[in-house]
Amino acid sequence: MAKGVWIVAEVRDGAYRKVSYEIASAARKLADELGDEVCAVLCGSGIEGKAAELGKYGVDKVYVADNAALDPYTTDAHAAAVAKIVKEKDPAILLMAASVQGKDLSARLVGKLATGLATDCTGLKIEGGKLIAVRPMYAGKCFGEVAFEATPAMATLRPNVFPIVENAKAGAVEKYDPALDAGQLKTKVAEVAKDTSGKIELTEANIIVSGGRGMKGPENYNILEDLAKVLGAAVGASRAAVDAGWRPVTDQVGQTGKTVSPNLYIACGISGAIQHLAGMSSSKFIVAINKDPEAPIFQRADYGIVDDLFKVVPEVTAAAKKILA
Amino acid sequence: MNIIACVKQVPDTETLIKVKPDGSGIVEDGIKWVMNPYDEFGVEEALKLKEKLGGDVTIVSVGPARTMETIRTALAMGAEKGVHIDDPSLNGADAYTTAQALAAVIKTLPHDIIFCGQRAIDGDVGQVGSVLAELLGIPSVTLALKLEIAGTAVKAQKAIEGAMMTIETSLPCVITTQKGLNEPRYASLPGIMKAKKKPVDVKNAAAIGVAAAAKAKVAKTVPPPARAPGKILQGDDPALKAQELVKLLREEAKVI
Repeated sequence: MAKGVWIVAEVRDGAYRKVSYEIASAARKLADELGDEVCAVLCGSGIEGKAAELGKYGVDKVYVADNAALDPYTTDAHAAAVAKIVKEKDPAILLMAASVQGKDLSARLVGKLATGLATDCTGLKIEGGKLIAVRPMYAGKCFGEVAFEATPAMATLRPNVFPIVENAKAGAVEKYDPALDAGQLKTKVAEVAKDTSGKIELTEANIIVSGGRGMKGPENYNILEDLAKVLGAAVGASRAAVDAGWRPVTDQVGQTGKTVSPNLYIACGISGAIQHLAGMSSSKFIVAINKDPEAPIFQRADYGIVDDLFKVVPEVTAAAKKILA
Repeated sequence: MNIIACVKQVPDTETLIKVKPDGSGIVEDGIKWVMNPYDEFGVEEALKLKEKLGGDVTIVSVGPARTMETIRTALAMGAEKGVHIDDPSLNGADAYTTAQALAAVIKTLPHDIIFCGQRAIDGDVGQVGSVLAELLGIPSVTLALKLEIAGTAVKAQKAIEGAMMTIETSLPCVITTQKGLNEPRYASLPGIMKAKKKPVDVKNAAAIGVAAAAKAKVAKTVPPPARAPGKILQGDDPALKAQELVKLLREEAKVI
């Protein structure tokens, strides 16, 4: 019978991504409830030395596939490597990050393992000894509670939602051979061009300052960038701003863009179209700055300022600079 | 070139979603149904590829009778033919079952490249393209923002957190499409007229040999958690309101 709560840890450039600690902590919580162990799969090249570190977040055992073909990440190499050990050890639950890599890998594993996967979950619970995964649908316009009819029950967890809990375990490490067949590997990474602008990724940001149609033009985003700099925030945009060509597609928050859940979301000149609200409603605190008191964004905001954003935002920047200095 | 584009019919993004009182799903009355926006990028890319390299585009979709409108929309944009998999047992099917149904049809068609939207904006599941590739035993590249095909060589670009990644693979493959890849065309009036006469095969689950057996199912649908009413900061002086806001964020919300 399938047993154990497993995670796939995510590393990039030899370091764990923060979300790996979040999923390890979430797995520990489930395993404690089930009286089970937490095991992690770690795939990469030259990463064996990093494995034991996962013990700090409650992992009992780490299975390591250390192979040159596993760095950088490719779908087919990682899916083959993870599927091999999962098929052999038969875990009941398999958690991964709802990151770009985690979503790509988990979906391919659904095919390999013929199982079910709840994507981008914001909650997990055990009912009758089985996993129920809670996830937003329609970009958060409603939520679904997903039950599983196959094992492993797979879920990807939205970054920045599950708390990191330090819960030191010995963290045993066992190497395994991913048995990669070069002939089966059909994709390769030709280039990874890093964004060196120091921009913070929206889906991982603690604070987001976002601008919409009310920004009036691309040249005005510098006032949001100034505020973002003071707060250590990422800058987002509404669909209206992206469709107008003011901001890149990768900055779009909403139903046809990114779904985000920062601690603080500051919406500037965003009216709050339903497709935008869908993408940011799970933010912990929402601030709206808009001169239209009827804008729907105010119904979602914890704090609202009805005024000209061009007057308010620079003052917020100045006040924040003073308090954070 | 034999090009396939998979499409799904979904509620328009401006739709207010209401949950049924018994939690068994959403209220479908009054919903405006459209082609999943991410699938539009797939259809557009398929048409661009056909225009460049020759060949034809087949639209494949799983869904109830109303889905035919979405297939006709893709045909009006310029695709040649369609396959509509319509069976009550597949309504609301999970990703694995949907991919099985698509794979069962696509296996019977010549296919060099298959486009799927990176996710459908209803369930936001984002698995079908990858599962389909696995079931067909071919590579997949998800979230493509740029695509180049030369012979059987495929080069695709995608955004990962903090970087752009260029991936190389070969045909046949599945590409899942992301906003930014292209600007989908509108169907022209002559296109709409012609689409009415284009062939669409309608098949049920038995005809394609798929018996739905969900691996995951939405046991209950619930409305999003309610938010407590917020505070509108009063006053005429933007600077004072800004200072009050920063103070609240620091002392009450404790988020800065």
